[in-house]
Order: sequence, then C-alpha cells, then structure tokens
Amino acid sequence: MPPADPILDAVNDAYRSESRRVLATLIRLLGDFDAAEDAMSDAFRAALEQWPREGVPVNPRAWLVSTGRFKAIDALRRQKRFAQLDETSAAETIGAVDETAWADAESVEDDRLRLIFTCCHPALAPDAQVALTLREVCGLATEEIARAFLTPAPTLAQRIVRAKSKIRVAKIPYEVPARADLSDRLGAVLRVVYLVFNEGYAASAGASVTRHDLSSEAIRLGRVIVELLPEPDAIGLLALMLLHESRRATRTSASGDLVLLEDQDRTQWDRALISEGVTLIEQALATRRFGPYTVQAAIAAVHAESPSADATDWSEIVGLYDALREMDSSPVIELNRAVAVAMRDGPAEGLAIVDAIVTRGELADYRLTHAARADLLRRLGRRDEARAAYERALALTRQEPERRFLQRRLGEL
Amino acid sequence: MKYLCLVYLEAAKMRAVPDTECRACAEGFRSRGVMVAAEALQPVETATTVRIRNGQLSVTDGPFAETKEQLAGFYLLEARDLNEAIQAAAKIPPAREGSIEVRPVRDLDV
Repeated sequence: MPPADPILDAVNDAYRSESRRVLATLIRLLGDFDAAEDAMSDAFRAALEQWPREGVPVNPRAWLVSTGRFKAIDALRRQKRFAQLDETSAAETIGAVDETAWADAESVEDDRLRLIFTCCHPALAPDAQVALTLREVCGLATEEIARAFLTPAPTLAQRIVRAKSKIRVAKIPYEVPARADLSDRLGAVLRVVYLVFNEGYAASAGASVTRHDLSSEAIRLGRVIVELLPEPDAIGLLALMLLHESRRATRTSASGDLVLLEDQDRTQWDRALISEGVTLIEQALATRRFGPYTVQAAIAAVHAESPSADATDWSEIVGLYDALREMDSSPVIELNRAVAVAMRDGPAEGLAIVDAIVTRGELADYRLTHAARADLLRRLGRRDEARAAYERALALTRQEPERRFLQRRLGEL
Repeated sequence: MKYLCLVYLEAAKMRAVPDTECRACAEGFRSRGVMVAAEALQPVETATTVRIRNGQLSVTDGPFAETKEQLAGFYLLEARDLNEAIQAAAKIPPAREGSIEVRPVRDLDV
C-alpha cells in the first residue's frame, strides 16, 4: 500500500466538497456548460501539479474557480489562433467574462441555485431534466445515471448533449427565476427531485425494489435546496423523502420480497430520520403557505408515529387526504384516499370509491388500482372478482418483487 | 436575440381569436420595442408547396404534411433569452386556443 499522500487527499476532498460549486460558478463565468466542465477538469489537473509544490491554497474553491477561468481563457485564445479569427473578437469574448467579485459567498451559493433551476428548466424534456440534474448538480457519471435508470449509456449521454445544446442555442438563461415565477419553477425542480427519489425508492422496473443511490442523491439534493431556498414545499418534500427513507430497511424481506406497511417491523424504522422529518413538517406547516408535499409528508408522519397498523389514526389520514385533494385533484390521490377510507370505515366503503374512479374511466391501466381493488375484494370474501383483479394487476406490473407479492396473494385465495 | 413564435391553431379555430385582439397584441410588442415582424396567415387550403427535384420544379396543392393544427401566423420577436421569449409568447392571444412554438433564430454560418 502506498504511503498516504496528504496533498492527494486535499485534492480529493476539494473535488468531493467543492466541485459542484466550482462548476456552477464556472458555468456563470464562461456562459457554457461544456467549456465550464473542461475548465474544471483543467483546474483540478493543475491542482494535482501545483499544490504539492506550492501547498494547498487557503481557499481551494476560489483557487479552482480562478485557475479554471484562466485555463478557459487560454483555451479560447488557442482556439481563436487556430481558427485564425481576428484578435478583437477573442478579446471581446474574454472581456465578456464577469470581472466583478465572483467569489463572494452569496453569489457562489446563487450559482448553485442557478445551476439547479437551469437543469430543471421546463423547456427541457422531463427525462432530460432528470439526467442533467444528476449529471451536473449531483456530479454522477453518465454511466451511473444510465444504470440507475436502466437506460443504455449512449441514449442517456445523447439526452444530456441535446439538453446542453438546447440551453446554449435557445439561450435558456442561467439565473434564479424572478419572485413571480419562483413558485412554478421551484415546483418543476421539486418534481425532478421527487422523481429521482421515487426511482430509487420504488423502482418502476427491474429486479430490485430500491435503488438506494438515487434516493440518497435526491435527499442530498433536497437538503441543498432547503438550505439555499427554504420555501415551505421544498421543506415538505425533504420531510416526505426522509420519512419514506426511514422505512427503507423494512420494506423488503431478506429474500427481497415486498413487505406491506401493515406487516413491517416498526422497531426497525429509523427514528432519527422520522424525528428530523417531523420537525421539518412543523416548520413547513407554520408558514401556512405549504403545498401537497407537506401534506403527503404529514400523512407519512402519522404512519411513522403510530406503534402498529391497527393503532393508526385512519380518520386523521383520511382528513389529510381530503386536504390533499383540495390542492391536487389527481385520481392517484383519490385512490390512496380510498385505501385509507377502507381502513377507517371498512373495505366496502373503500371499494365503492375505487369503482367510482374506474367507472369514470380513470386509472384503468394503473397496476395499483387493480392491486387495491383485489385486496378490498379479498377482504370482502369476493374471491372470484379478487382473483380477476390480481390477474389484471399482475399483467400490468413490471417490477419483480411486486409480481411475486401479487402471485403469492393470488395463490392464497 | 431573435425568436420566431409560430402560432398553431386547429382549422376550426382559425378565427377563434378576434383580429382586434391580435392587432392589440402586436401593438403592445411594437411599443415595447420587441417586435421585428408579425403576420397572420390565410388558411392552409390556400397554401401551395414548391419543390425542386432533379432540377425540375414541382408545384403541389396544400401543405407538406397533414396535421391537426396548422400554421396560423407568426411573430418574430427580439428577446434577451428564452425566458423573456416565453413570457412574450404567453401574451400572444391564440396561446389559449392553440399553441405557440418558440424557435430561436439561427445566424447563417457565413
């Protein structure tokens, strides 16, 4: 084993803790994602050469940004020379670089928000927003993102290239939206974060129920957003993710099978995450400007704080779903509410609501509609109808543990 | 930077927005200094498609492709960036009846 190298460690530390901030600031200074990425690699390469000679700078981040910027200017000069362009246009481009105090703490923090809002700009395709955010904001490698989303790496790389090209060509600005647009635009950012979390928590396809890395990236991202922009629903979303995360260890059995909420070992739920989540919910509720994520988090908190499924306050949960329905009239929320109603009033009442949703022609091809119907029919002893519903749910699910669960239930009928 | 805002409407809705409203919108853009050009178009039935293949001129009736929505008009606007262009496009009255495609203008590589 080679002897420990403190300089190498310092460079690695700087990469881990500062590379996203450095990148975010370089994008602003250079006005281009690709140029900023090249400049950042050059800056870290320079750190590996110079820090052993000159020592680790007092402010590594400022050193890296400044070095990256000079490297970019050099690169531009070289390019211009090879392209034999006139000197004035080179000077113009370089001159356009903001000479003002870029390194003060506030503008650097703003750069991180600028990067997040730009990656989640609604003019980019939703899957491109997700890929770009994971690549640029979280710093995941293209191959890692591709693996997590079960997408071929070249497809994912192409998605990122197209998104960056659209940002450049259509001139999507690198800025934090104005107050008037902030709520809508933050909504888009939170959607991306929650999508990443869910992809990691309840993978929509594939062999494993959870793809933990994506969930922890989403939580990390959620923390950054709350730190930079403590808006109520950003806080609510972080709480919601933490409360879901607190149950992760109990959601699957040792053999990888799905364990329902009512059967989970509640002593294994992560109390630290639960109490952090509950504190955040209180903070969000106190603003009186909270939205759907906060209410969903409150529902998760009721589950988290009750000692068993039977002891759960289902009336409170139905009440929270009523509040949620006021904010967002999606049929998925109505379906979840139906399950809570069934717990409070009995399976027949729940089934009536589910059937009404289906009769309206909604959620007919949603696997969880049929799984919920099947469970309610089973509890009512209507075995033939339950069997048909389980079979319908099975035909729609693409997730292996869910398939095994449904098959087990079907076998028990 | 220039953005071309292409207005698309279904055939049945080509006249759904009163002309006076479109005129007022254009005047608004002009007074704010963002207007480069804007025109409404005659319906797609009046369109003619021109091609040259193997040096031969071919003229055919109608548009290139059958789609539900058709090009009803355009605004060529000056905007600082896409956000500003989107804000302007949202003020074009047919946005509520059909859709507005916002395309950045490309400088020719010459």
